[in-house]
Amino acid sequence: MPTKKIPVGAHYGWQDWLAQRVTAIIMVLFSIVIIGFFMIKGGANYGDWKELFRSQLFRILALLFFLSVYYHAWIGIKDVLMDYIKPAGLRISLQVLVLLLLLACSIWSVTIIWGT
Amino acid sequence: MPSPQPVPRQRPKYYDLNLLHLPMPGLVSIFQRITGVVMFLFLIPAVLYVLQCTLGSETGFNSWKAIFSEPIVKLIVLGFVWSYLHHLFAGIRYLLLDIHIGTSLQPARASAKVVLVLGLIGTLLVGVRIW
Repeated sequence: MPTKKIPVGAHYGWQDWLAQRVTAIIMVLFSIVIIGFFMIKGGANYGDWKELFRSQLFRILALLFFLSVYYHAWIGIKDVLMDYIKPAGLRISLQVLVLLLLLACSIWSVTIIWGT
Repeated sequence: MPSPQPVPRQRPKYYDLNLLHLPMPGLVSIFQRITGVVMFLFLIPAVLYVLQCTLGSETGFNSWKAIFSEPIVKLIVLGFVWSYLHHLFAGIRYLLLDIHIGTSLQPARASAKVVLVLGLIGTLLVGVRIW
């Protein structure tokens, strides 16, 4: 049975490309919400600040923002490492380190948003 | 008589690594890369730490409010604000380029200039607001 031969690449590059843009748009939208909050509230006090994070909707939006940041950062930093760090062993080690740091940040974000 | 050694042709070398000599789109691009790395290394942990302290207790909130009123801290904040805004505006420029807006030379140079100016104006506005 003839199969269609894919001439180049593993075709996973477009996933990073798309994810970089989707996460960017989520971050822009959330930034507008946050800027709006500070424009309306001005110098926020502790009560306002806690009140904002008591809303379940805001918590979910905030986590969505942070996860977007981490995914976006992962793609960006991975590209930077691939461009500048030539020895494969060092590059892969650094990539694993970055990935672990960002996973840790994800867990930390959940504990901050729901725990405090 | 030995044959003369072939003289390697002298090729012109011109490695212009000075950022100030980059064309505008190149400047926007390298700044986006630098701001991205800086934000990954410093802004992400700083934001999480401050968020944890300010949400944790009223004492934590007030002590960070005091820290943020220090001029030197305000300068650091403005540095991060510029990083964030430049990265954001440069990113929007790339989204427009993705959908084939402004891809020819002159508009690409003009939009790069707009990105640099918007980042600086935005930082200036935040600076006025927090001072």
